[in-house]
Amino acid sequence: MPNMSLKKVAMPEQDPNTRNQNFLEVALGYTEEMAKEEAQRCLQCKHKPCIKGCPVNVQIPEFIKLVAEGDFEGAYQKVKETNALPAICGRVCPQETQCEQLCVRAKKGEPVGIGRLERFVADWHMKNGKDEIIKAEPIGKKVAVIGAGPAGLTCAGDLAKLGYDVTIFEAFHTPGGVLMYGIPEFRLPKEIVQKEIDTLKEMGVDIQTNMVIGKVYSIEELMAEGFEAVFIGSGAGLPSFLNIPGENLNGVYSANEFLTRINLMKAYKFPECDTPVRVGKKVAVIGGGNVAMDAARSAKRLGAEEVYIIYRRSEAEMPARLEEIHHAKEEGIQFKLLTNPKQILGTDDGWVRAIECVEMELGEPDASGRRRPIPKEGSEHEVEVQTVVIAIGQSPNPLIKSTTKGLETHKWGGIITDEETGATSIKGVYAGGDAVTGAATVILAMGAGKTAAKSIHEYLQSKA
Amino acid sequence: MYKIVRKEILNPQVKLMEVQAPAIAKKAEPGQFIILRIYDGGERIPLTIADYDREKGTVTIIFQEVGKTTKLLGTLNEGDSLLDFVGPLGVASHLEGYKKVAVIGGGLGTAIAYPQAKKLHSLGAEVHCIAGFRNKDLIILEDEMKAVSDQLYITTDDGSNGNKGFVTDVLKKLIEEGNQYDLVVAIGPLIMMKVVSNLTREYGIKTIVSMNPVMVDGTGMCGGCRVTVGGETKFACVDGPDFDGHLIDFDEAMRRQSMYKEHERHSQEKHECKLGGVTNA
Repeated sequence: MPNMSLKKVAMPEQDPNTRNQNFLEVALGYTEEMAKEEAQRCLQCKHKPCIKGCPVNVQIPEFIKLVAEGDFEGAYQKVKETNALPAICGRVCPQETQCEQLCVRAKKGEPVGIGRLERFVADWHMKNGKDEIIKAEPIGKKVAVIGAGPAGLTCAGDLAKLGYDVTIFEAFHTPGGVLMYGIPEFRLPKEIVQKEIDTLKEMGVDIQTNMVIGKVYSIEELMAEGFEAVFIGSGAGLPSFLNIPGENLNGVYSANEFLTRINLMKAYKFPECDTPVRVGKKVAVIGGGNVAMDAARSAKRLGAEEVYIIYRRSEAEMPARLEEIHHAKEEGIQFKLLTNPKQILGTDDGWVRAIECVEMELGEPDASGRRRPIPKEGSEHEVEVQTVVIAIGQSPNPLIKSTTKGLETHKWGGIITDEETGATSIKGVYAGGDAVTGAATVILAMGAGKTAAKSIHEYLQSKA
Repeated sequence: MYKIVRKEILNPQVKLMEVQAPAIAKKAEPGQFIILRIYDGGERIPLTIADYDREKGTVTIIFQEVGKTTKLLGTLNEGDSLLDFVGPLGVASHLEGYKKVAVIGGGLGTAIAYPQAKKLHSLGAEVHCIAGFRNKDLIILEDEMKAVSDQLYITTDDGSNGNKGFVTDVLKKLIEEGNQYDLVVAIGPLIMMKVVSNLTREYGIKTIVSMNPVMVDGTGMCGGCRVTVGGETKFACVDGPDFDGHLIDFDEAMRRQSMYKEHERHSQEKHECKLGGVTNA
């Protein structure tokens, strides 16, 4: 008999007023009992609508059934069949717009906590399970993967399983991409990411850090050196700015810089670690996505007394996950909605002292389908802050595009690919993730990495 | 790991290191830079490539010990290794097609101006080098500069080498004497590059300067290195580090460079504390 409770089993969390002072993980995860109880909410629908919402096709009802039966290792193995990074996806996937949105239980009450259960089985396995690394029989073909983020790691993992000799080239000193530099420790502990990376290495994937492709090697050179196929997963590394006056004042950061200093360079441990970050008493974060929430919550943890999210539309249009908005509010982040920055004002010696904002109201829907914000005349006002973080998005890094002859891209920088296969305009070169779509989610990037791995396999088989 | 194969002390604060990095050495061009990290937890610092040897597979860096990281770097020796060394980053200098060029180096900037002078010389340009230092004990790369320039002028702020004055004094004199430069390359402290650019603007001589702002990744990702050039925001790491000196907002650049002054002091004091501990032990 299924558990007919309308609500998910609650996830234990750190208390908001404790956690907004530390960088430890916010959500603490289910116990075995909680997991079993939640798993029993699954109706085991025959038509499995949830799976259609999963970009990597996790066999959701099957793994949940195993959880309900107490076979946690079996459940983990079931997830792992199609998802290379379950501990990460269980934490950062927007399940509410994917699998859980299609859950039959969501028609009346809350959907099954699929993400929470995925996280549970992955964590359970990490603690209790043992990984048997099965090295595939080498087939003697080399593939290069550019970028060690979610797309690249997934593509590399799938190819390694098939016996390819895979080398990942990563620009930073640490693999992981946005999982390391972007998403904060309190949402995705770096230890978990590192474990997934170590597993790949054990499978025989060679990860070369400090390699900026386009600078140290071109794609053409990689192919000349014997890589028979290349996957580009270089992400969306180019930060957008508002192009308003005062953006180059001291104390204005792109979210990329702010979060990279904190997450990758561990500025929250300064001076124990050497990279600093400046956080004023009052901080404004411009934008309404997950990155904006991450930046705001990080600023609070670094001692800011007042942290504002400044967003030009209303909460309903915010692209951030509901859970992140909710967590941010709990931690004391203040939301200034329908507010748009006009300029950043500085002190005489060039430091940020305030933002001038204008109030907005919502008009007719625009091209994105969201109601267009229109400034209210005469509503200009100043918000006193010492630090401004601009989190309004990022576009693909142009380094590869500008150094790869014949690689076709959109005007805005995204690499043009065949949606079915991930193939680019160059034979043997595939791409996926944010480098193709612009800033999106971890799971979509992983899905693209998977697709490309399959296509590369088909291409190299037909070539041989 | 990237092994230090040669270390030379150029003056009490300035050291040279030749580092094993074959892939970078193969591609490096004057004007480009590397980013290094010494140990886990350390910061990433950008340093301009001072020289490279494609056959030996080495890249040479020259640095002044000003902060915690450069001081620590200075304590490393031949045979030691650096944890991270990435490059070549930035756009190479465009030095082709010039007939007569004045290359100006200020202090440590001389180390960065040197590869440019060398390249210009090899391309057949007439090269006049002007290098300025605070005093004669700080003079670096004199022989190297001499080898690649048709004329070399070294000035000191205090006149201790018998040639008192600023680089701009020499440049102005050379221009007034009728030298027709089709390019001036000026590399050194921001204030020096600003003054040189102001001078050459009067004479309408094209001027390239090399910016070295605060940055994290060096690939266009963080945007920390933004500089205003002709009213537009540019990223020094991917659009530069070379820019038209007549278009740079130097005042903004100087202000931005001071962003972490307090942190630097704090980090350094703590570091010196630790070093003290080591000596006592």
